[in-house]
Formats: sequence, structure tokens, C-alpha cells
Amino acid sequence: MSHLLEVKGLEASYGPTKALHGLDFSLEKGGVTTILGANGAGKTTTLRAISGMVTRKGQINLNGTELGSLSTADITRKGVAHVPEGRGTFVRMSAEDNLRLGAYSRNDKTAIAEDIERVYNYFPILKQRRNQQAGTLSGGEAQMLAVGRALMLRPILLLLDEPSFGLAPLIVQELFDILKRINAEEGVSMLLVEQNAALALELADHAYLLETGNIVISGTSQSIIENETVRRSYLGY
Amino acid sequence: MDLFLQQILTGIANGAIYACLALAVVMIYQAIDHFNFAQGEMAMFSTYICWAMIAGGLPYWVAFFATIIISFIGGLAIERIIFKPLHSAPVLSHIVVFIGLVAIFNSLAGAIWDHNIKTFPSPFPDGSFGGLIGLHEVGMFFVTLLLLLAIFCFFKFTRVGMAMQAAAANPASAGLVGIRVGWMLALGWGLAAAIGAVAGMMIAPIVFLEPNMMLGILLYGFAAAIVGGISSPGGAVAGGFLVGIIENMAGTYIPAIGSELKLTVALVLIVTVLLFKPNGLFGKTIVTRV
Amino acid sequence: MATDVETRVDPRLTVGAKMPYKWVALFVIIGAVLPFFLQGYATFQGTLIMIYAIAILGLNLLTGFNGQFSLGHSAFYAVGAYTAAILVYHLDWPVYVTIPFGGIVCFVAGFLFGLPALRLEGLYLALATFALGVSVPQILKSSHLEGLTGGVQGLDIFRPKVPSFLVENFGLTMDQWWYMIAFVIMLFMFWIAWNLINSRTGRAMMAIRDNPIAARSMGINASLYKSLTFGVSAFYTGIAGALAAIVIEFVAPDSFTFQLSILLFIGMVVGGTGSIWGAVFGGFFILTVPNFAEEISTGLSYAIFGIILILVIYVMPSGFAGLVNLLRMRVKKMF
Repeated sequence: MSHLLEVKGLEASYGPTKALHGLDFSLEKGGVTTILGANGAGKTTTLRAISGMVTRKGQINLNGTELGSLSTADITRKGVAHVPEGRGTFVRMSAEDNLRLGAYSRNDKTAIAEDIERVYNYFPILKQRRNQQAGTLSGGEAQMLAVGRALMLRPILLLLDEPSFGLAPLIVQELFDILKRINAEEGVSMLLVEQNAALALELADHAYLLETGNIVISGTSQSIIENETVRRSYLGY
Repeated sequence: MDLFLQQILTGIANGAIYACLALAVVMIYQAIDHFNFAQGEMAMFSTYICWAMIAGGLPYWVAFFATIIISFIGGLAIERIIFKPLHSAPVLSHIVVFIGLVAIFNSLAGAIWDHNIKTFPSPFPDGSFGGLIGLHEVGMFFVTLLLLLAIFCFFKFTRVGMAMQAAAANPASAGLVGIRVGWMLALGWGLAAAIGAVAGMMIAPIVFLEPNMMLGILLYGFAAAIVGGISSPGGAVAGGFLVGIIENMAGTYIPAIGSELKLTVALVLIVTVLLFKPNGLFGKTIVTRV
Repeated sequence: MATDVETRVDPRLTVGAKMPYKWVALFVIIGAVLPFFLQGYATFQGTLIMIYAIAILGLNLLTGFNGQFSLGHSAFYAVGAYTAAILVYHLDWPVYVTIPFGGIVCFVAGFLFGLPALRLEGLYLALATFALGVSVPQILKSSHLEGLTGGVQGLDIFRPKVPSFLVENFGLTMDQWWYMIAFVIMLFMFWIAWNLINSRTGRAMMAIRDNPIAARSMGINASLYKSLTFGVSAFYTGIAGALAAIVIEFVAPDSFTFQLSILLFIGMVVGGTGSIWGAVFGGFFILTVPNFAEEISTGLSYAIFGIILILVIYVMPSGFAGLVNLLRMRVKKMF
């Protein structure tokens, strides 16, 4: 079995406060893995640690490349795209400029133009909004723009931080369908962090449960769904 | 009527300088959300470097462009060496360092080149345009417009320009799309220092060269940036011209002000605009949906 | 949320703390005895240090305890100095009375400037006060005010003589007498500051510094406190200015340039932002360093100031007071 990402002994801290206490986990190539957990469990921090946005220790191995000592900008160049919490679009720029910035680390002009079309293909609404300031987009549109911007990197690994946050159920369903399509059609591996466990387990094939900075349960989505504790605490039935 | 026209023209000429300096102020503000109180002293120091090169025998334009390059590298170095460790430090730390830089540049200039007032050459011919406005002033006006055009194109049409805006607006996201945010800040400093150098070299023929030449002008540069809206280079330039005209008009037509209280005009402008129109006259308001 | 001002001072020293009587007593004794061992000129310099200390304390009340920035305190120093000078020169007021009066005029001026300025957040306030500091010398030089201010020439005033019984019994010199006056005023001002900081008002001031929104929601009238603090801060600086005018017996616009603002700012940062007694060290620092610096190379003193200033931010953000605190803790731990 080939692992795309292997994380060993990952620790992360904000100033003097430690947020992760030595995580070990791995991601399969082409798979969707989800990290579940309550508020403050360290889900967002895990993603931030992978993309070098917090001070961290431990090994983060992507396809044989060690990411642990690289800067955020260099990590993106290794093919890791991060859709941050709260979308993080460039609000004063147009939607299309946001997409163009997503391809900042690439130099192939024609391929970039093609990729913009490809994103519009996944998210037709963005094409209508292409010249609109990103700050004026609705929550769902902004989230789509954030995902689209990440795709512009031609990533091999997509980190998604609470993509469903604050969106109407219908929009969430639409978004997750598209994510599923992207995973299937482009073979982009995904690491998904979600509050909405049921939703996340539907998309993911593997799952980890994180509690106060430690992994407590791991396995295939199916086994996690069947797990008593998870069902009671996170799925609510 | 002639007096009126002349005052407008003189105002525009002075305004060109304020506009230049305001551009530098806006540049830094865009990059790091701070007013660089050392902008004036940096520009003054650059101008001295140019003066020293000309005194050493270099032709004007060689010295001019060499100074721009040296200032650019200097600005870059200041950010990398001094400000990099302070990125997440409180506002006070930044202000302290700005004040430290003011003191250092001011003192160094005096120590190296003494405090005597020096003349500085103009690259433009002597004489005037229709007896109304000096040719140096006309040249200055076009230099400013050229600079604005260059900045506009840089931000609008270059990849790096767009990345700089992105890094300023949202550093976290900028890092996530692969922009080296730290270097973008340094680049902003470099450009601001270079623009400031142009402003210094353009105004030195008029006010003469001495270590304190920039203090009052910087105040006007700030006033211009505030009046025009601190968020837009175009606004800063428009603000510069407007402030230049207001300054001259107030000096000519309000007897109590005359030529003696012009700095007070800047003070009043800054406070009034900050209070009643904090985004400036031409500032964009950003619309955000939550 | 990050605060605008770095405050790493030991909280026990600032909130509800007991006055460290032992140290205060030692300080008072040394301070009172000192002029009898010093040369006349050194005594005069000591007086200036204390005057600076009062002004720096004023600035520190604003920045260190209330989180507002001012690059224009030279303006209030000037207003205090000119108030004293004008009252003595034009109206023949008794010199001693003009000192508190200089403070009061500054309080009003500071409060009025603070009123609109309080709408400005940190950086913009720094800009507005920068504008104030830069433009004040020009206002003082203005020909319209020349009758009052003496224009570029400034005003000469004379200190009253030392009371004769002190001369006869103790042989007190003019420098010693004014040293003592400055010393008493400084102690009084520090005592007020101490009580202010350790009162309800002081806690409100600091709450505004640390989290303005939370402070508002606790029912603190942030606007009122901010402009009041600005007024009090100006009051301190005004007292210092008035004292300076009298001690130096002269006021002129060029004594109150933007450089003075820088100087006070340096004193505050080096002494310790948010420390009351650090102001004394700050005053000592800004008066003595130029003397040393000039010996190394003429004209370089501000460059040395600048370098020290930047180093302070890296090495000891809470200034000299913070350093002493740290050492004290270390020593305590050892035993």
C-alpha cells in the first residue's frame, strides 16, 4: 500500500501552549481522509502544521519529501493546497484574480488559462462572478472560490478546513458532490477537517478521531461509523 | 486673476512633491499597515547619497538612477534586518523602531555631510513656463505622473505586483498560494525607499539640502496620503496636488496664515480628514458580505 | 487579541500593589542629600533629569497605561513652558504660581486635543500628534503671536532669589534651591501617578489599553477616560515644561521641536513603558547619553539614541524597569 503523506510524532504549539502532542497518521494516495473532533481538539492546527503555518516538530513526509522544515510558500510548491478556515479569499480582488493568484507558483501561462476554465467547469457560478470583488460573494460562492483557488495549484494533496462552515445544507451538498467529483476525476487526495461528522464520513474513506491533541481512534470510515463512541458523541444517534 | 492662476500652478508644483512622498507612505502602509515616520529621513539620506555622487564627479542621471537602486536595496535591507523579527510585535514596537530610524538617519547625515545647507542641482533647464511656473516644477510634475503610472502598471499588470497586494491584504492566504510574504514586505519597503528617494532628489533643488529638510515635507506627504485615502496610490497623488493647492491658497488668501503657518494647515487637514472622512476623499470603501 | 502596547511588567507592581516604602525612603534620602555633594552644574543637570522624568511619566500614563500614542508631547511641554514664561514676563505673576498654572492650561489643551483624537485608533493618533509636534514650533514663531511669545527670539525670565533664611542658615545656592523644588514637585507628581494607577480609574485606563471593546462592554466610558488620560498626561508634561522654562530662565521655539518629542519618547521606552519609576531612569538616560555620545563623535548622539532604542525593543521590551524587575525575581529565586 502506498502512502502519500506520512506524519510521525507531529507536535505543534502556539507560543508556549502546545496544541498537538505527537500525532501519527498517514494518507493513502488518491483517498479522502477526514479528521473528526470537537472544538479545540486540534483539527485546524493539524492542517496548519502540515502547511507550515504554525511552529511544529516531527516528521511530515509527502511522497518521500520531508515538509517539516519547509516554509508555507515552499510547501505549496510541493503540491499541497490548503483551503483555510474561513475561506481566506482576497476580498478586494476579483474572483478571477483570486484564481490567478492560486497559480502564483506556476509559470505555464496556457495551462493556467486552461485550469481557470476547468475550475469554472466545476463551479459555473464563479464564471458569472468572475469580475466581481471576492468580498461581495455569498458564503457558498466564496467557499467555491477558495476551493477553486486551491485547485489552481494543481495539487496532489488538498487540505480542506471546515468547508461546510456557515453554509446552507443545500449548498453544502452541492459543494461536497463537487469535491467527490474532483477526487474521482483528478485523483487529488484530500485531507478533510469537519465538525459535521456524518457529512465528512460520507465523503471520506478513512477517518481519525482527534481529542485534545491526540489521535484516539482511527480506521476506515465504515468502521468509524460503526464505532459506539463516535456514534454517540459525534453522529448523535 | 494672474495671481490666482499662479498660485494654482505653484500649488500643483509643490503638490507633485507631496504626491511623491505620499506614494511612498501609501506603499509602506499597503505592505505593513503602518505609517513610516522615518520615510522623510530615509528620503533625505538618499538625496545626500546622490549629492555625494554628483560631487564625486558622476553625471546627474547616473547618480540619480544609482541612488534609486541603492535606496531600493537599503529599504529592502531595513525590512529584512530590522523589521523581520518584529512582524507580530505590538504597534508600539513599530513606532519605536520608526523613531529610532528617524534619529539614526538624521544624525548620520549631519555627522557625515555636516549641517551646512547645500545646493542640489536640477536636471531640468533653468527658466520658466510662460513666466508662471519654473521648468523644474514642470519637470517635477511629470516625474510624479510617470512614477504613478509605473506603480499603477506594476500593481495591475505584473504577477509580483498582484502578489504584493495579496500579501498585504491577507498574509495567511498569500502564503497558502505560494507567495513568499516576507519578501513581499521587503519589496514594499524597497519600493517605498526608492520612491522616497525620487521625491527627495526632486525637492532638494527647491528647499536645499540639509538634514532637517524633510520633516515638514513629510508632514505634507502624510496629509496628502490621508486626504487622498491611505489605501490608494492614485488617491495619494490626487491628495498631494490638492494639498499643494490648498496650502498655497490658504497662504495667499488667508492673511493670518501667510507663509508662516503652513505646517499648521497640514495639521488641521490631517485631523479634520481623519475625523470626518477617515477613508480619505478618494478612498475606496470595501464592501464585504458576511 | 494582541494589545497595542507590550506590557510585561510584573502585575503585582502595577495593580493594587503596596508602595515599596523601603525603596521610596532610600530614594528620597539619596535624592535630598545629593545636591550637597554635587557641583553646581551637576545639580542643575539633576534638576533637568527630574523635569524630564515628570514629562516622561506623563507620556507613560498615556502610552504605558492607556495604550495611546503621542509623538507630539513636545507641544504640551512647549505650552507649559510658554504659559509660565508669558505669565511671568507679561503679567508679572509670582513664578511659583505659574508652575501649576502651566499644568492646568496643558490639561485643558490636552483634553481638548484628546476629544477629537480619541476617535483615532493607535496609529492614526500617532500621526495626528506627529503633526502637532512638527507644527508647534512654527506656530510659536508666528509673527501674529510675536507680541505674546517673543517670536523667534523667545522670552527671558528670571528666577526669584533663594529665600534669605535658607541662604543664611544653610548656604543654599540657586541651583540647590531649584533642585529641591523640582525634587518635591517630582515626588508629588509620582505620588499622584501611583495613586491614580492603583485606583478604580487606573484599572479602567488599563482595561481600555488591553481590550477597548471589552472595557466598553463593562460599562467603562472609554471616550471620557481616553481624553481625560490625554489631559492628565498633558498636565504632567505641562508642569515639566513650566519648570523647565523657569529653571533655564528662557523659552524659545527651537527648544520645542519634534526632536524633543523623540527625546521624551526615547526616555519612556528606555525607562520602561508601563513603569512609573522607570521614568526617572528615562530622564537620566536622555540627559546623560548625549554627553557620552558627543565625546565619541560630535553630532552622533541621536544615532546612538536610535540604535539603543531599537536594541531595547529586541532585548528588553519592558525597558530598564523590566530589566530590574527580572533581576529582582532572579535574585529572589536564588534564596
